[in-house]
Amino acid sequence: MTKLLEAPHAARPAGPPGPAAPRTGAPITQRLRTPGLYALSLSLAFAIAGLLVAVVGKSPWDAAVAMYEGSLGSGSSIGQSIDQAAPLLMVAIGSVIAARAGIFNIGQEGQLIIGAAVGASVGLFMPGPGWFVLLMILLCAAIGGALWASIAAILYYWRGVDVVIATLLLIFVANQVVSFAVNRPYLLREQAVPGQTTASQSDMLRESVWLPRFGEYPGFNIGAGIFIAALLAVGVYFALTRSRWGFRIRLLGLNAKTAHRAGVGAVVVGGGALLASGAFAGLAGGAMLTGSGYRIQDGFADNVGFDGLLVALVAKDNPVRAIPVALFFGALRAGGGFLASTGIPRYIVAVVTALLVLAVVFPTAFAEIQRRRVARTTDA
Amino acid sequence: MIDEASVILASAVRLTVPLAFAACGEYIAERAGTINISVEAMMLGGAFSAVLGATITGSASTGLIFGMVAGLIIGFVHAQFSHRLGVNTYVVGLVLSALILGLTSFLLDSVKLDTNNQVNAVNIPYISDIPLLGPVLFSHRWPVYLLIVLIPFVWWLVQRSRFGLELRAAGENPQSADVTGIDVRKRRRQALLICGLLSGLGGAYLAVGEVGMFNQNMTAGRGFVVIAAVIFGGWTLRGTIAGCLVFGAADAMRLALPALGVQLNAQFLIAAPYLLALLAMMFLAKTHRAPGALGIPFVRGTA
Repeated sequence: MTKLLEAPHAARPAGPPGPAAPRTGAPITQRLRTPGLYALSLSLAFAIAGLLVAVVGKSPWDAAVAMYEGSLGSGSSIGQSIDQAAPLLMVAIGSVIAARAGIFNIGQEGQLIIGAAVGASVGLFMPGPGWFVLLMILLCAAIGGALWASIAAILYYWRGVDVVIATLLLIFVANQVVSFAVNRPYLLREQAVPGQTTASQSDMLRESVWLPRFGEYPGFNIGAGIFIAALLAVGVYFALTRSRWGFRIRLLGLNAKTAHRAGVGAVVVGGGALLASGAFAGLAGGAMLTGSGYRIQDGFADNVGFDGLLVALVAKDNPVRAIPVALFFGALRAGGGFLASTGIPRYIVAVVTALLVLAVVFPTAFAEIQRRRVARTTDA
Repeated sequence: MIDEASVILASAVRLTVPLAFAACGEYIAERAGTINISVEAMMLGGAFSAVLGATITGSASTGLIFGMVAGLIIGFVHAQFSHRLGVNTYVVGLVLSALILGLTSFLLDSVKLDTNNQVNAVNIPYISDIPLLGPVLFSHRWPVYLLIVLIPFVWWLVQRSRFGLELRAAGENPQSADVTGIDVRKRRRQALLICGLLSGLGGAYLAVGEVGMFNQNMTAGRGFVVIAAVIFGGWTLRGTIAGCLVFGAADAMRLALPALGVQLNAQFLIAAPYLLALLAMMFLAKTHRAPGALGIPFVRGTA
């Protein structure tokens, strides 16, 4: 389950499950230790962030209030948080699929922006009724993301190039590909209007292909993205735990040798998982394009790919658990937008996010260390 | 013509130096078996701390030490998380990169930093007057000459010292290394500390050496170029430094070409290091061998 966080699974001590039993002197403190560690490290993360704000001479309380106002304070800000969560969740679902297959894809940022660029070209140049074009945008965005991930897959299965490094380097290539496209009038750059200068961005998509929004405009309103994302999360959860495909993926991730003996094709299943992971990142790009940005430019991805990957990590590779985590991270992102009024740089949100991830990772790892130490002392 | 050539070459050398410092560190970390993707964080943290140190003490050279210490701290955190607690090293690297990018951007908006504080340039007497070669090689800010000492030292450390032997053993075959009594995780942690120190210095050089100030996200992916250079060099030191030179030259061309009136597309030149590294990995996979246990966490008793 916690594939990404742990060293190989064979690390589990092979002996009977009870070697640690003689040490159980205080069962309640033992059981409370891990939740206690979580509480401790999470509050430490927030304390460090608060301290940082205080160090630069601003009030941490003001920051907390602004974050609350921006994320949960009113109907419209709750909607903002949920909107921010949708692409994060989509990226996270994809990361979970790859991680379960034992493949670590960290190139979502690039797959996302390529997906969005493909979606933008479909949206701008494809004729047809709005709902149909919208569907095609999302579909082609997913295909675009999958194709970008397939470069890494081909490099890995054909030449043995490390997936982590390949997907990482491809992010930078993807950014330049998109930058190239939005700087060329014959590609995606916006059409010149007499008397106006054009910027390095695409034209805006026509309103009929935007993702539908629900609710009242000034009050609580959310885009359709979160419903798509949540449905996909539940669907992928059941696919991973109940379907033959999911079983093969998990088998491959847990023990590649066993999977090989059992006839699971590493190229088809593993490569497929990597492509699926790219497809979800691309879909996230399509959803951002049709849900909030409506046009593509340099820096479109805005760290959503990386943050979505972190959502998957915090959710410990469980797509359903990723839903609340994505909502929480979405709230952090939305709240960050409100910090400007207090004069506190919004970058504190990135710091908080990173600290929270470390805080979540720490107790699991610490417990693992403790367990190993116990095993070692009982061995002797 | 010769003037233009020497300007471009000198700028290529200048752009190579921060990469080369960090690449020496990354080379050591990878030979010990860690693909350290927090090198970007180390460089960025080093750059910021160097300018901060220069602002506080008024001396840019002291700033370099601040930068090295910042890199060291980041390397320490990474080492503790990934080679003591056993957290996936890519996760740690990714989180640290996000953390340092956020932290430096946050502090940059909140602290007043000097904007024109650079370490001294040193023209080596006589030989810096040689046409073409002089300005390209012997007329730089002083940390550049440090690199000339550092590269042979790193080679000696990794290839000829006992420490280096144990380091490489930890990267090639950690199980055997463990059996012979080498503390694999400790060697890997030490490699990360050295990597942090040198990457911090690389970032610091970029800030207080070349630019004289700190901009938001000023390393802009140079850390990842460094990783690309180590791969491009096939995990040898001379190849790594050659990779840094190629990528530094690509960067210099990107800056110089518009001024020369040559139209070559900027996006391609920015993407070039990453593309070259990918191509290198693709074609050299057979002849260039990565350390045997590169990127595989060490757990005693797992083959």
